[in-house]
Parts: sequence; C-alpha cells; structure tokens
Amino acid sequence: MSQDLVNVEVNGVPMQARKGQMIIHVTDANGDYVPRFCYHDKLSVAANCRMCLVEVEKAPKPLPACATPVMEGMKIFTKSPRAIGAQKATMEFLLINHPLDCPICDQGGECELQDLAMGFGRDIARYNDQKRVVKDKNIGPLVSTDMTRCIHCTRCVRFTEEIAGLQSLGTLGRGENTEIGTFVEQAVDHELSGNLIDLCPVGALNSKPFRFQGRSWEMTQHAMVSPHDSVGSNLYGHVLRGKLMRVVPRTNEAINETWIADRDRFSYEGVYAADRAQKPMIREGGDWRQVDWETALERTVAGLRNVAEQHGAHQIGVLGAPSATVEELYLLARVGRALGTANLDTRLRQRDFRDQGADPLYPALGVGLADVEALDGVLVIGADLRREAPILAHRLRKAALRKGVAAKVAFVNTATLEVRHPLAAQVVAPAASLVATLGSLLKAAAEAVGQPVPAHCAALVAGANPNETDRAAVAALLAGERRAVWLGAQALRHSAYADLRAAAAALAALTGATLGYVPEGANAAGAALVGFLPHREAGLRALPRPGLDARGMLQARLKSYVLFGGVEPADHLDGEMGAVGAADFVVAVTPYASQAMLDAADVILPIGTFAETSGTYVNLNGTWQSFGGVATPIGEARPGWKVLRVLGNLLGLPGFDYTTSEEVRDEARKAAGTEAGNVQVAAYAGTYAPVAGEGGATVAVPMYAVDAVVRRATALQHTPEALRGAAAV
Amino acid sequence: MAIDSVTPVAGKAVLLSAHTRHEIDLWLAKFPADRRRSAVLAALREAQHQNQGWLSTDIMDAVADYLGLPPIQVYEVASFYSMFETKPCGRVHVSVCTNITCMLRGSDDIVAYVEKKLGIKTGESTPDGKFFLKQEEECLAACNNAPMMMVDHVFHENLTPEKVDQVLDAVQ
Repeated sequence: MSQDLVNVEVNGVPMQARKGQMIIHVTDANGDYVPRFCYHDKLSVAANCRMCLVEVEKAPKPLPACATPVMEGMKIFTKSPRAIGAQKATMEFLLINHPLDCPICDQGGECELQDLAMGFGRDIARYNDQKRVVKDKNIGPLVSTDMTRCIHCTRCVRFTEEIAGLQSLGTLGRGENTEIGTFVEQAVDHELSGNLIDLCPVGALNSKPFRFQGRSWEMTQHAMVSPHDSVGSNLYGHVLRGKLMRVVPRTNEAINETWIADRDRFSYEGVYAADRAQKPMIREGGDWRQVDWETALERTVAGLRNVAEQHGAHQIGVLGAPSATVEELYLLARVGRALGTANLDTRLRQRDFRDQGADPLYPALGVGLADVEALDGVLVIGADLRREAPILAHRLRKAALRKGVAAKVAFVNTATLEVRHPLAAQVVAPAASLVATLGSLLKAAAEAVGQPVPAHCAALVAGANPNETDRAAVAALLAGERRAVWLGAQALRHSAYADLRAAAAALAALTGATLGYVPEGANAAGAALVGFLPHREAGLRALPRPGLDARGMLQARLKSYVLFGGVEPADHLDGEMGAVGAADFVVAVTPYASQAMLDAADVILPIGTFAETSGTYVNLNGTWQSFGGVATPIGEARPGWKVLRVLGNLLGLPGFDYTTSEEVRDEARKAAGTEAGNVQVAAYAGTYAPVAGEGGATVAVPMYAVDAVVRRATALQHTPEALRGAAAV
Repeated sequence: MAIDSVTPVAGKAVLLSAHTRHEIDLWLAKFPADRRRSAVLAALREAQHQNQGWLSTDIMDAVADYLGLPPIQVYEVASFYSMFETKPCGRVHVSVCTNITCMLRGSDDIVAYVEKKLGIKTGESTPDGKFFLKQEEECLAACNNAPMMMVDHVFHENLTPEKVDQVLDAVQ
C-alpha cells in the first residue's frame, strides 16, 4: 500500500494521501474547507465553477482543488492570500449575473451561494452594468425553476446523466447566452428527480409544492423514515408551527446515500389532504355523528365484543397497512388476539398464501443495501424495481455500471421495463405463463451447472424448453461469485406466488445465490417480526390454528372488520373490499375518512399519518429505524399506538400501561426474538405443482398509488409517471 | 400543469435521407464504435443541409435517434455552434466577415451592399426563403484576401460589389 501513498502538505500540515486523489478529497478529509459549487461527492468532476481554486507551491497559477490530483511533495495552501484572492475573484464573477433577490428566494438561508458570498465574497459589487435575465422553464410539477439565478455549475445536468441515467437537462447556447434547460419543454421524468432541488447550490431549482410556503430558518428539522417502500430511506421533516412543510433527505450511506425518491419527498402533501379524519365519528342509523374519543372507543369495544359473542371472534378480520409502525402492529396484534381472532394481515395485495408456512422470519433482501453494489450476478423476478424501490434500483444500477467487471443483471417480468443500465437479459412473459417461464430458467440453470432439478420442482420443468433469453438470464446469474435472486412485489402479488417462489428458491440453490425479497410497504418486515400474521406469532411461533390471510378474510365475507392505518379499497387488487361494506360492524382506524370509508365503516377513529406518530419501521435488511412524531396530528387525531393502548385498557388487557412508544418497541423487539436483525432466509421445502387459470390477473400497481398518503399527494399525481400509471389502470 | 415526459425519438431516424445517412456513416467510421457522439457536429451539418438550411427539432431528434444519443446532447451542440440555426431561415447561408482585417478593407460597405441587394437586414432571410444573411461573429480566417464572405461553406475573397453580384446571382 505504501507506494500508493504520497506525502503532501496542506496549509503547512504534513499528511499522507492516496495517489491520484483530488486535492479537495484530502482537504475535506482533513477538515480544511475549500469553497465549491460544481463539485459534488456523488457526481463526476466538472471543474467549471472555479470556486475551489487553491494555491499549490511551484504552480504558476491557482489550481482547482476538485480536479487536481495530489502528487508527492505537493504543498497546498487553501487560505493563502493568493488562494483567497482567486476565490474572491471567482465569486465576483459568479455574482455578476446573479440577481439580488434573496429576500424572495426559497433558497435564502440555506443557499450555498449566499453562504460562500458571505464567507469568500467582497462586501460590495463593482459591477454596474445590466444583468442578464433568463426565462424560466417548466420541468414538471415537482421542481420549480428560476433560471436567472443559475450559475451553470451543471450539477443538475450531470445528475440527469449519471444518476437518473438519461441526460434530459443540458447546457444550451454559449457565452453569455448559456442556459440550462431541456430545449423542448418537457418534464424531468425520473423517480429521483427531486434530488435536483438539493443538488442545486443556488435558488434556480427548488421545490414547486413548497414554493413560498416558509423560510428555512423558521422551521425545525426532525428525523423521519420513509413509509412508502421497504428500503426505509432516511428523511428529515421540516416543520413550521406543528405542520410538516417539506421533506428532504437525511444522509445514510448504508441505506439511501444522499438521495431519496420523489415519492418520499413529496408525499407529505397527502398528510394534509382534504379528507383527513379530524374527529372520532360513529354511525347512528344512516348518519355520521362526531363524538368524543371515549364514546367512539366504547362503541368500538362494544361492537367488537358483540360480534365475538354472537358470531364468534373468528368473524373479526383485522387488516393493517404495511406502512403501519412496529408499535402499532404489535399492539394491534395483541388486541386482535385478546379478542380471540387470529385473522391478522398486512399482505393486502398478496393472492397466494399456500406456502406461507415456509416464509422466512421476515421478508429480507438477503444482502445489505450498500453491498448490492458489489453483487456480480442478479436475477430479479417480478419486480419493477424503479417503481417499487427506487433507491434499491439505483444501487443495482451502480452495480451494473461498476468500473472494471460490472454486475450482470437479468429481469423476469410481465412487461418490458425501461431500465437505464445494461441488462444481460430481460425475460418478458404474461402473468399467466410466468411460472412456466421460471421453469424454463430452472431447466437452463440445471443444464448450465450440470446438476439435476430438485425433485419438488420436477413438475415445473416438465415440458420446459429454454430459449436464448432464458439461457442468457441464467448466465447472468452465474456471473462472478456474489449472486442474488430477488422476488419483487409483482411476484408477491402473483396468483401462483408459491410456485414462483419454489422455482426462485431452486434457482438460487442451483446457482449458489441468496434468495431475497423486495416486499411492499415500509414495514412488511416489522409486521412479520411482531407476528402480525394469521399463521405466526412474534418470534416465529407457528399458531396451531392459523387465522385467515388478507384475501381469505375478504373472501370469507366476515361479520366484522378492523381496518388499520389507512387501508382502502385501492389497496386490494381484486376489488374484494366490497366485503367490508357488507359487514355488520366495521372499525376504521384511519388517517383518512374518504367517501369509501364513510360508506363502509361504523366507527372512524382518526389517527396520525407517518408524520404524526412516533414509531419504528424495519426495512428489508432487518434494520430497526425509530423516529419521533414530527408534526402535530391534525384535529383530534392521535398517534395510532396511543389509540390502541386505550383500546387495550378498555378491553381490560393486562400490561397495556405503556407511556411511550419506545416501551412498546422494546417489548415488541423482545418478542420478535434475538435473531431479529440478522436472519438467514429460510430454506424452501415445499412441493408445489403449477396451478392452471387465474394467472392472468394484473400484478402492477402504479408507483404513485401504492398507499393512502401517496394517493393524496397532489404534485405527485400530476407527474408524467402518475399519468402513465392512471392510463395503465 | 401536465407536461410531456420525454421527447420520443425512437424511430425518428427515418427522417434522414439516404444521402445524409451515408455522409454521417463516413464520419462515424472515423471514430471508435463507442464514440458515436463524436459524429454529432458532422451529422448536424448534413442534417441542416437536408432540412433547407436550419435544424428543426424533428431533424435533431432524427440525428439523436440515428446516433443513439439522448436528444438533449444534440440540442446542446446545435445551440452552441453559430453555424447551426435552430429557427427557420433561408436555405443559402451568406456570411460576410466583419472582423478587423475585413473591416479595415471595407467589409461594412460589402454588408450594406448585400443587404441592399437582398432587401433584408443582417440576421434576416429573404421572403422567398432562399438567402439567409447571417450575423457572422468570428473571423473566417481569410484575412490575406479581405474582405471576404462565405456562401454555403464556400469562400469568396477580394470582394467588390460586382463580385458579390456574380456570386449571389450564380446561386441556384
């Protein structure tokens, strides 16, 4: 290693640096701040803003720290008169055309240009001529533009090319007429496009929904976790007088790096939707009456007890949202079991539960999110990753574009997907023949590795005739040493999921790959760990008499349902939610009192959304991430766990005297067992044969329709992606 | 509020004529196979000729499709270089050099004469769409025989009003 290190001196302090490292890496690591605009850790080096000029001994002129590699014996001065002079001069040029509209600029107070002008600029401007004005562009409903403020750092251009994978912004014109734009008016159409807002060091690109809504210094910042996918992206919520005003990324290199999906960034609008439930309500006759909490909860307990006494507790079905917190689901499971029902489920869109006994402790990806980038061969089955888990799709893209030997990636899906990285193979088959297609892959894999297909999958490969694409997909999986087979949400929703999983597990076993899952919702793992399942209690204890799964509950047309956390008809794929409307007694513990909910329910207990409750999500790596309540619940809504605690008290359950959600979490974590957080995916041991028919049902859910909050996020619903999704349905 | 997502360019390459494609292929052959972007300049020049002297969005998309580039990378180049026009203009580009050598040798008079002859101002096109009198920004590097002008890539030097007549009258 030693020959890879060079000795350099920064501001007179000797240090060692890796050969070929840029000066700015060395100074950053050493805590010597060098001002910069165009340089960004996650993007390529452009060296066009010239703000990071530093003095290097024996160099005839100041050098850009972001694009100058360190060399043996280099003496760097970041604060010498020459360096400061160069930075000051650069700042003066940058400000020539920059408008002095900070008082009306949303970036004001959190602006890199403003900060660096204070730190490195002159007190007064010497430029007295006209400033240029640039027409603003419409690049979609998420990102606002004030192009006169642009300093042409091209971070946004490089983001679209390097992170989004298709350059859609460009540097148009030249000289003084240079503009950043799209040339033809069009939206920047990518699931990570909101990150442009954070990248822009000035006020040129800002959040459109947040425009003129608040000043950065008025708001307080609170840690949050994304409720929309199983990645568990880390977020910050910015809150003004109890209201969540906007959401920005919280850097976590192990999970979301510095990015978040647009769905995570803009879904907060849904928190303040017009149909939020503000007060507890009960139905009397045909009319809804607003009541106090006590009345509503007593009515709930009386109604559920009544159903249990008259029809038996097994006539109560409890459906939880997969974005409900660990605390909520743990308490809800306790309440449900105390009432005497085992009908507990969050797997609302799953259709096939035949092999749920073979489920792993929790649906896990099987490989750390950061380690995805180091995979060599990946086979993704039934997953529209860009829509289901944008951050995971980004990680996989990085693996597929890795320098040196890139990962080989293959997809098996029901539709051709637009993927912005090389694909070794894209196998497309209609849902009805997806199982047969996996059979072909399995046969190809057995032939490739020279081993027999496991006996229990013999039926799957009978008559299989692998084609070139199938073989290419298997070859991709066999590339390198670190291999993974993933089952995505579309596979989970498939009507022959058990067969898909049997084939996927056999494929993984044959090829030495890990079998992983990309489940729906932020807390599918948490739900499984705390035993919010019909067939298992917390800690993998199988129930002797399992209850009904989500689909079974609806098909059985039970007498009573409890819908928790914003479960709505749109959360079910086959339109069987009608069963809820026909039930005798329905309790909706929900943030939203939509018309459908008002039609179906008998009691509405308003609870907070993900932004208004403290809680915990467990992501697909089994990482427990707790967060505090960020915003004040609107109206009389209360955090879900508190509502459940009081419900437990009214039911006279022991041990329901929690005072904080942390107590609930700690108890849930204890119940989940010590393996929690580090579990091997259970080996699959079932024997299944393909089922005929039923396989053609749709498995796709539009990206901005996955849960109740997103469906109400206005700006997201105006994106090209949402329009495509609506057209597809 | 709803606006389009991405410019659909797939399939637009058919807008390029066989001749244009042939010319682009000659240029593509000069670069490594994975450096198709290098041929953008030459491709745009051919496309501009094919499209009667200017680059419409369609024809730029066609170039993008043919070269396999995101369209914005073609727009960037087209909007950067002064020899490309992205708004409709005359078919024949007339550029009178007005840089210092030509200016000292009387280019201002030549510009005035061309303007009078064509009946348009610099930067305008004749109503019949034949001539476009370009605002030439840079020295065209024929200072030894100033004043000069360029008509569709061809240099005409030691200009006099008579020679301007000859040249412009000869244009088809």
